[in-house]
Amino acid sequence: MRHLLSAGDLTRDDAIRILDTAVQMAATQEREQRKLPTLRGRTVVNLFFEDSTRTRISFEAAAKRLSADVINFSAKGSSVSKGESLKDTALTLQAMGADAVVVRHWASGAAQRLATSGWMHGSVVNAGDGTHQHPTQALLDSYTIRRHLVAEPEGKGLEGLRVAIVGDILHSRVARSNVDLLTTLGAEVVLVAPPTLVPVGASAWPVTTVHTLDEAIETHELDAVMMLRVQRERMTGGGAAFFPSPEEYSRLFGLDGARLRRLPEHAIVMHPGPMNRGLEISAEAADSARSVIVEQVANGVAVRMAVLYLLLAGEESAS
Amino acid sequence: MSPVIAFEGVAPYGGKPTTIVVQDGVIADIGADASVPAGAARVDASGLVALPGLVDLHTHLREPGREDAETIETGSRSAARGGFTAVHAMANTTPVADTAGVVEQVWSRGREIGLVDVFPVGAVTVGLGGTQLSEMGAMAMSRARVRVFSDDGRCVHDPVLMRRALEYAKTFDGVIAQHAQDPRLTEGAQMHEGVVSAELGLTGWPAVAEESIIARDVLLAGHVGARVHICHVSTAGSVDIIRWAKSKGIQVTAEVMPHHLLLTDESARGYDPRFKVNPPLRTQEDVEALRAGLADGTIDIVATDHAPHPDEDKDCEWAAAAFGMIGLETALGVVQLTMVDTGRMTWEDVSERMAVLPARIGRVDDAHGRPLAQGEPATITLVDPNSPWTVDPSATASRSNNSPFGGVTLPGRAVATLLRGVVTHAEPSLGLEPREAWT
Amino acid sequence: MTGTILGAPDITRALTRIAHEILERNDGADDVLLLGIPTRGLPLARRLAELIGAAEPDFDQERRCGALDITMYRDDLRLQPTRTIGQTTLPPAGIDDAVVVLVDDVLHTGRTIRAALDAISDVGRPRAVQLAVLVDRGHRELPIRADFVGKNIPTARSERVDVRLMETDGEDAVVLTSRVQQP
Repeated sequence: MRHLLSAGDLTRDDAIRILDTAVQMAATQEREQRKLPTLRGRTVVNLFFEDSTRTRISFEAAAKRLSADVINFSAKGSSVSKGESLKDTALTLQAMGADAVVVRHWASGAAQRLATSGWMHGSVVNAGDGTHQHPTQALLDSYTIRRHLVAEPEGKGLEGLRVAIVGDILHSRVARSNVDLLTTLGAEVVLVAPPTLVPVGASAWPVTTVHTLDEAIETHELDAVMMLRVQRERMTGGGAAFFPSPEEYSRLFGLDGARLRRLPEHAIVMHPGPMNRGLEISAEAADSARSVIVEQVANGVAVRMAVLYLLLAGEESAS
Repeated sequence: MSPVIAFEGVAPYGGKPTTIVVQDGVIADIGADASVPAGAARVDASGLVALPGLVDLHTHLREPGREDAETIETGSRSAARGGFTAVHAMANTTPVADTAGVVEQVWSRGREIGLVDVFPVGAVTVGLGGTQLSEMGAMAMSRARVRVFSDDGRCVHDPVLMRRALEYAKTFDGVIAQHAQDPRLTEGAQMHEGVVSAELGLTGWPAVAEESIIARDVLLAGHVGARVHICHVSTAGSVDIIRWAKSKGIQVTAEVMPHHLLLTDESARGYDPRFKVNPPLRTQEDVEALRAGLADGTIDIVATDHAPHPDEDKDCEWAAAAFGMIGLETALGVVQLTMVDTGRMTWEDVSERMAVLPARIGRVDDAHGRPLAQGEPATITLVDPNSPWTVDPSATASRSNNSPFGGVTLPGRAVATLLRGVVTHAEPSLGLEPREAWT
Repeated sequence: MTGTILGAPDITRALTRIAHEILERNDGADDVLLLGIPTRGLPLARRLAELIGAAEPDFDQERRCGALDITMYRDDLRLQPTRTIGQTTLPPAGIDDAVVVLVDDVLHTGRTIRAALDAISDVGRPRAVQLAVLVDRGHRELPIRADFVGKNIPTARSERVDVRLMETDGEDAVVLTSRVQQP
């Protein structure tokens, strides 16, 4: 494995390998001495064009626990103010000797451009590109689901499980990555969103789509509910708003205590963070015993350790 | 004084091989028994097809303002290489071509260079702002004789303003060429809205944003009895609407770009911005409908929408890249590949779609798109339909390299171009000296 | 050229002897903790645990036998395709003050054991670390030696020693193979 650009690139075997490796990484994190020498001498660059303290820290922790050197490169440059181009930044990193670049960018496809344009030779890990993909998020989500809902998980996928993804599918890279990975691992996916927030082309996806959370809960025995963050800006764009008001959104799609209690007893509640408490998820649901939201963060470090190990530890594979 | 040239064994419109004699800027004689004056340069043109010089109704020459991407000179050279003898230069320059002054500047620069006839297109609205009609009359009466008006790059969105423009252009037999793109439905759009865009996470440009404007504008044109021209048609639905409009007697003409005849939105999968264009590449169904529409004449002409961009505007992530592709030198080859070699069009049809009808729409048919006959201007394109070549984006006369056809093998190309008897382009094998040295 | 150096009965005898040597050396099984190095060190460790348990009934075969994966401590990761990380199982009480007996199938260059020592030091502080191997084939590249050896097999560098066990390979055998030189 040379790059991790999209969850859609992973086969079932690839995905299970990453999850199983993450189990071993997580085990080492239980010790007092949590640092491993495995990636000593390797340089991992966190190249973040979009602010994201949580994801960056997660990758930083993962790299450091494997004894890699970490360089944080917070690049300026938006669609309005061009700043230093992606190409020039890549050339600089290549000159600095980056073995791996963890990149988060506001433009879909940025990670792929970085990996395939020939500007740099290191491994590229997509930490979120526009509305396209966020593969390590999907991996830590699947890891979390597997940990809670699959007995003796090593070597196994998510066959037979039913997962609902609720919210702004259209603009969510977390949703796209999860649709890819969950279906690859054999789970059934139900998308829950108003029609305005489901992409036109999603009719080709191997998922079921329903338009209220109540319908999803009633018609499916859900094992996990993944709440996506709603962006308030999407609701206020004048005539072009995707949704009339936050209140109506909460009424139809919010996970509150009442809906929580109608879920099967074993069902877990997930959220990639950061949460809008009271909007897409009530405080009661977020803090309930069935919520694994905090654990998702911890699992993120182990999963990212696994990804960095699998990309960097072995010999340089031919691209 | 241009030399006397006799092209022997050439096939006019792909028909029977014959001899064409060019002298003093006109076709002095044409026929198997044509008299060849003494001292004439004899060119072995066997295997070549002769067409009237090609006319591009939709080109971006970028000058004035963006000379880093293209100049009238480099654009002219690229056009001549592609077999074009006339190009209509779109108005979205800096400053915008919305006054007689700017269009005359572009026109005279084109004449000065003398490789193609540059016919400036005038903006419909001042500054392309979409709110105030430009002085179309002044532009029409200037030396540039503007007959085609377009805000291309932007859509004339306001329906009342479009109505006024359609009516007003009738004054001087002008035509409004609409860039059909509802701006509200395409805010932030990056590529065709469909299965591929949903996967790639790129904001979609739905077909309806083009079709709804075309529907509105053909109805308006019908209502006020004016001509309307639709730029770069890209969807099956658009072809249907235009076909319906023509059946109702509405004076609508339409153009299609070579890239929409060959490429689909699948090309976007690598996020390579060389495939980013407005209107976007669409589905295979749309490609099929466009080919059928071009073959049956619903789509009147092929135009290039040659849109040069410097490397840094394409060597980046998709969302940051500019829209557009160069195309003057590959247009003929792509049309041959998709339409002639598949048997859907003959070389006569190519002459209609790429020379005769564009000249007529642009009202330049006194000098272009003329029949290949004795006494007509020697404005001729010679095509070698049996000369496969692989496109190298950097090996172009254009100042820019943003071609989507890199690595594609095209079956033929223009090997010589003459503008009123002056050789503006000629491959070395023909033994002709073009007006500027061929590189 | 291939030859079986040890057959199933030889292996059983060697392990039985090693089990008793461990008990003798450590005055019984108190504090002894067997850690097998995956892949084949694991079944060997389990067999030793059984044998020790047979001799000393107080020995908790389950709790005092574990696994120590050393992949993440290897010094040669960059020279091969990415390795799968194996299982590490340690007693809940940890390894502090234990007498850790590392168990592996073949002792060769000593690098695996060097990595195991690093792994151990990250996990805790045992009272002592000892090494039991089924086969010592020589050619050490580091100053490492085994405390308990099933069989010393002098080998040429070009030869291969393969240990096969019922649990992983369906049979018990130690096989020596000469690498055939290609013309």
